[in-house]
Amino acid sequence: MTWLSLIILIPAASAAVLLIGGRLTDGWGHLLGTAAPLASFVVGLVAFLKLRNDGDPLHQNLFTWINAGSSAPGNTPFHVSFTLLFDPLSALFVLLITGVGGLIHIYSIGYMADDDRRRRFFGYLNLFVAAMLTLVLANDYLALFLGWEGVGLASYLLIGFWQYKNSAAVAAKKAFIVNRVGDAGMLLAIMLMFRSFGTTSFAGVSAGMDRVSSGTATVLGLLLLLGACGKSAQVPLQSWLLDAMEGPTPVSALIHAATMVTAGVYLVVRSNFVYAQSQAAQTAVVVVGLVTLLWGAIIGCAKDDIKKALAGSTMSQIGYMMLAAGIGPAGYAFAIFHLLTHGFFKANMFLGAGSVMHAMDDDVDMRHYGGLRKLLPITFLTFGCGYLAIIGFPGFAGFWSKDKIIEAAFQDNVLVGIGAVLGAGITAFYMTRVMILTFFGERRWRENVHPHEAPPVMTVPLVLLAVGSTFGGVMLLDGWIQGWLKPVVGGEGQENLPMAAWLIQVIVLVVVAVGIAIAYLAYGRETVSATAPTRVSVFTRAARADLYGDAINEAVLMRPGEYLTRLLVFFDNRRVDGAVNGLAALIGGTSGRVRRWQTGFVRSYALSMLGGSAVVVLAMLAVKLA
Amino acid sequence: MSTTPFLVLSALLFSIGAIGVLVRRNAIVVFMCIELMLNASNLAFVTFARQNGNLDGQIAAFFVMVVAAAEVVVGLAIIVTIYRTRRSASVDDASLLKY
Repeated sequence: MTWLSLIILIPAASAAVLLIGGRLTDGWGHLLGTAAPLASFVVGLVAFLKLRNDGDPLHQNLFTWINAGSSAPGNTPFHVSFTLLFDPLSALFVLLITGVGGLIHIYSIGYMADDDRRRRFFGYLNLFVAAMLTLVLANDYLALFLGWEGVGLASYLLIGFWQYKNSAAVAAKKAFIVNRVGDAGMLLAIMLMFRSFGTTSFAGVSAGMDRVSSGTATVLGLLLLLGACGKSAQVPLQSWLLDAMEGPTPVSALIHAATMVTAGVYLVVRSNFVYAQSQAAQTAVVVVGLVTLLWGAIIGCAKDDIKKALAGSTMSQIGYMMLAAGIGPAGYAFAIFHLLTHGFFKANMFLGAGSVMHAMDDDVDMRHYGGLRKLLPITFLTFGCGYLAIIGFPGFAGFWSKDKIIEAAFQDNVLVGIGAVLGAGITAFYMTRVMILTFFGERRWRENVHPHEAPPVMTVPLVLLAVGSTFGGVMLLDGWIQGWLKPVVGGEGQENLPMAAWLIQVIVLVVVAVGIAIAYLAYGRETVSATAPTRVSVFTRAARADLYGDAINEAVLMRPGEYLTRLLVFFDNRRVDGAVNGLAALIGGTSGRVRRWQTGFVRSYALSMLGGSAVVVLAMLAVKLA
Repeated sequence: MSTTPFLVLSALLFSIGAIGVLVRRNAIVVFMCIELMLNASNLAFVTFARQNGNLDGQIAAFFVMVVAAAEVVVGLAIIVTIYRTRRSASVDDASLLKY
């Protein structure tokens, strides 16, 4: 398929034009930047239809990337050909990235209209789209890593887009550095693959997996999980995501909700053949997912910043996906299913939050909102669709996807299932809180704020995403998604529920209802103060501090690192430099004393010459006589 | 004829010259002492040439004389220049070139 590469090349070319063209493209840059992902979407759709008709994955070999080493006996040549692979899994991602991405681009035209660097913003967004598409279309871990780093770069540039704000610049650096930790795991995994299989292509690794020991498989799985944790903001590398909300809201929607942060889930699902060989690595994925889904949900409960509340929710929802991906073949399809529905409803809500901020003069504190549903009817209704989807209201997209994950969790382990149900309850609580604080209750606006509905260029994407949030569940009809992904991730596990599926659904709905009720009692009936209460429980305080994620990083990693550095600096200054400086001082001091012999008195030089001559004569005589 | 008295005289002259170089401060006197040492060595050269019956020592003595003449020219010029600038012919005063 020679046109497959167009999917990547169109946004890449657009990014190049916008970033190299500079101010020349200011006038029409946003239009080109928006057209690029939409064109990619069309190409992706054509490829998708072709894949659906033919059933065979599409390939396009672009070039030989690396060809090193001889194939003589005892040598392992390293050969990487840059080949695009459009299989059922990639296809869904391509459509999600270009489809949701395209809508977010359209929205950004309105959202960034007043920013005089809008053209550059679109350049970065296109760069991100191109990198993300490289990530999902690669058929080799090394090529995947290229996209992986590309999205990291784009994320860094976009979080720090308003780099004149110190907080944004710091957040961008933090995201980049925390991601480096995960990338180290990813790199080690790739090296281990080359060491074990002599190749890094998906097919090669998949074919070689049954030849390696389970220990190697476990190490490989854990290293890949580390990479996934960094990119997807999973515990313990979760701390960057909340700070990443410093970026413009469309960035939060596209990169830090719908697409880039789900790359970790993609990686785990793509590497299903690795996890199939290691129960321990699978369990680690489940544990990470479960911890993160509760961690993110708890943080989401205490945040007054609407974007941070949604970011906590993103973390939590990706935790659900990780959990499903860790369960194995029974969960892979549902992880991807939830990823897609989450892409719709979370992008929807982030853009809705952007619309609210737009109306409130970029105020993000929900305690300054209230009663906005009459003034922002479209935002309210679309946000409402997203809300119903994420809490799992029956019929909405999130209901189907989350329900399937919880069922899969119960199949895996009752405790995991209970954790997932608990997470659903907390999700219902904090999302209801966001809803009530923003759209209901009395008006707690700051002075001189005149909320108004956003222009159509922003509301149309909202409506389309709301439609996706509402009807995304159709992918589950007749088990379409499981069947579609079967060639990549293998078949479903056997049904082994500890209780009937309908009972689980009822339990989940009851827990969700309890969450909503608590939120209603706490925020709907009570008057909400416009400033955050300071006398709060220890749990609220912990959640406000992101469950001390930063404090833990600081205490466990940063401080010991600093001490180690100081120790090394001390050793370097006092021992290494000390030895060198000491030697220099010794020689310098000796020279200083020796040079005193140069008195300048000619007669003393004459005496030393005479003495020297005498010594020579005596020596010669001694030799002669001896 | 015994050469011993010549050699003893040479040694005496050389020693007087050496001590003079070491103990005298006046540059002119030091200079004369150096000449004395050179001539003491000339005497020794000539004596040994005579003793051994060849001309090598004689030729060496001529060389020394030629070199000494050149040295006197340069040395006296230096002494005169120093005296002009520093109003002193003492070798101890010209001790700037040191540590």
